[in-house]
Amino acid sequence: MTETAVAHPTEPAVRKATPGEARAPRRSGRRRIALPYLLLLPALLLELLVHLVPMLMGIAMSFKELTQFYIRNWGEAPWSGFDNYTVAIDFDAPVGQALLKSFLTTCLFTVLSVGLCWFLGTAAAIFLQENFKGRGFLRTLFLVPYALPVYAAVITWAFMFQRDNGLINHVLHDQLGIGDSPAFWLIGDNAFWTLLVVSVWKGWPFAFLTVMAGLQNIPRDMYEAAALDGAGVWKQIRHITLPSLRSVNQVLVLVLFLWTFNDFNTPFVLFGKAAPEAADLISLHIYQSSFQTWNFGTGSAMSVLLLLFLLVVTGVYLLLTSRGRKTSDV
Amino acid sequence: MRRVRAAVTGVVTLSLAFTATACGGGEGSESAPKTLTYWASNQGASLEVDKKVLQPELDQFEKETGIKVKLEVIPWSDLLNRILTATTSGQGPDILNIGNTWSASLQSTGALLPWDAKNLEAIGGKDRFVDSALGSTGVPGQDPAAVPLYSMAYALYYNKQMFKDAGIAKPPTTWDEVTAAGKKLSKNGKSGIGVEGSNLSNNIHQVFVLGKQHGADFFTADGKPDFTSDGAVAAVKQYVDLMAVQKIVAPGNAEYAQNQSLSDFAKNKTGMVLWQTPSQTFSSQGMGPEEWGVAPAPVPSGKPGQGAQTNSMVAGINLAVFKNTKNLDGALKFVKYMTSDEEQIVLNKAYGSVPPVKSAQKDPGFAAPSLAVIRDTLATSAAALPQVPEESQFETVVGTAVKELFADAAAGRPVTTESVKAKLEKAQQQMPKK
Repeated sequence: MTETAVAHPTEPAVRKATPGEARAPRRSGRRRIALPYLLLLPALLLELLVHLVPMLMGIAMSFKELTQFYIRNWGEAPWSGFDNYTVAIDFDAPVGQALLKSFLTTCLFTVLSVGLCWFLGTAAAIFLQENFKGRGFLRTLFLVPYALPVYAAVITWAFMFQRDNGLINHVLHDQLGIGDSPAFWLIGDNAFWTLLVVSVWKGWPFAFLTVMAGLQNIPRDMYEAAALDGAGVWKQIRHITLPSLRSVNQVLVLVLFLWTFNDFNTPFVLFGKAAPEAADLISLHIYQSSFQTWNFGTGSAMSVLLLLFLLVVTGVYLLLTSRGRKTSDV
Repeated sequence: MRRVRAAVTGVVTLSLAFTATACGGGEGSESAPKTLTYWASNQGASLEVDKKVLQPELDQFEKETGIKVKLEVIPWSDLLNRILTATTSGQGPDILNIGNTWSASLQSTGALLPWDAKNLEAIGGKDRFVDSALGSTGVPGQDPAAVPLYSMAYALYYNKQMFKDAGIAKPPTTWDEVTAAGKKLSKNGKSGIGVEGSNLSNNIHQVFVLGKQHGADFFTADGKPDFTSDGAVAAVKQYVDLMAVQKIVAPGNAEYAQNQSLSDFAKNKTGMVLWQTPSQTFSSQGMGPEEWGVAPAPVPSGKPGQGAQTNSMVAGINLAVFKNTKNLDGALKFVKYMTSDEEQIVLNKAYGSVPPVKSAQKDPGFAAPSLAVIRDTLATSAAALPQVPEESQFETVVGTAVKELFADAAAGRPVTTESVKAKLEKAQQQMPKK
């Protein structure tokens, strides 16, 4: 959003001046400098209103003893210092233990989900690069999960994963004869894998779309030259496709990581308000701590900790990838 | 340049307009004094059914008083969150239905109008209501936060044909008899009794009653969480053991939360269910009233009664008024109308519940055997869930603990006194610290 907003306003600055403008170069120069900022202003204002203000309020709440007694007027809640943070990270007590477990579950889940989404998306994009009959149909088909409303899609998955009447067990157990009895997918340990399947199904078309766009920018003659030199498909992918997709992948992996780590909709629709322990992702965990047990202060503290973690990871990631790019540029 | 200037003006105007709309919401609060907004909880088979039941009554109210009532029926799963949001923003309805077990929790937010003597007088006085229903309207000793609207209680529903086929002569009255009957019924892919293992509120209702039977309350007399007492642990274990040890509950029930156990019952797959007023659901699933029977919910021994022989929680719906209503007079008129004898009879008949208003309860329409069991239970052997501010949190954390224990049982993992105690310990730690 912001990047496009920055890219366009700079355009007039490099545009050739028209004769009319040349008469008053100083004034129009100042205007030219002001224009991009002016154009940014509405977005900045909205950003402030929609993101920054609630974020600051959330940080303030995390230092308050905010329970049901004060939700009507949370400004009146007594300050509690770092108490909420102490409760959240006391890993010897159940609240901290549960948060840590949920955090580790989310880390593992995110690595697997992002990895699979990226792999499937890239593989499909490369596969569909060649022109063949039915390519358009497949491209459309692959985008269906991305186009469907999340709620409708996930609730359908929830029906399919039901133990007694679901399609998954009907196929796995009744038709293929796997397992002595039908498995549970929505409760117990399997819930983790259920969540992963749905998350990957939902997430990979975005990777597919992004990589497909990235592939359009690779000049065809590079492949032709490589083919003339005797490079096979794998060598071409390794030495041309993947390095050329580097900058696309940097953004893609970051975005997928942030989306997956914060995903609330999928577990909420799949499991309801209380997710099974094995699939207790951190966003749902924080929701439950805040809105189900009405510990709004502790919930806010958990959110702030999550925000800090994501900021640090994003910062380190951007630092590492930009450094990598600089050295590769040299 | 002119084009650029025009574009800038356009963008700025647009963004200002956008911001203005974003800030200018909440026209609901500006409602004219001649209207009321009413959030009804979903009582019937669907939201549409509720609208069909309620709208004619609201129209009648408008005819009598000139006050128009805007109705919104809210599904159970959303109701508590919607109320919380309304409480935080101050932009709620004028009148709303609440689950009676939440009364004390919502009372503590200070968002609901207290029913002091004056307000109660405006709707005909406290004495109009049955005592057990009044016990679920807020913390004892404080002015009630709501007034009772519909009353319900748990009873044991049994499938007559399945009982006949299994050679069971009469419905069980004690837990031992339930187990014995359940074992006779559990064969050929059928099971003895149904539970809703993933439904947190239902789990709470069941273990609360069993807790009473084991002499435990889940809260101390001064309102502190007490989830790990021997009685509470025994109660939760007894309930989960119906699946883990007695094997009279099908493992699939562990993931039920959408009344699937009632469908199983109606499809002759389950012999018994413990439920509140399911007759409408049974008939919508194609099960005629002659196919099922009803008996008081089981007790440890003998007959239901007070104390350890408690066999149900006091279930029901209360009617509350948002404190910041701009039409208090109209809201009081509406509550008076909804708790009048005529409306109580019409609405409770439509929903298969029992009126919490004494005079309306005398209507012969509520003398049918299925409702008589519930009426007697409410009068003699039902107990209100703890009326403490943390009740709604208790439903969440202990309900979740029971759900996880059912998941263990379904997966064939042992459910021991220690594992039950550990889960309840964890639940207790999640409760807000005072």
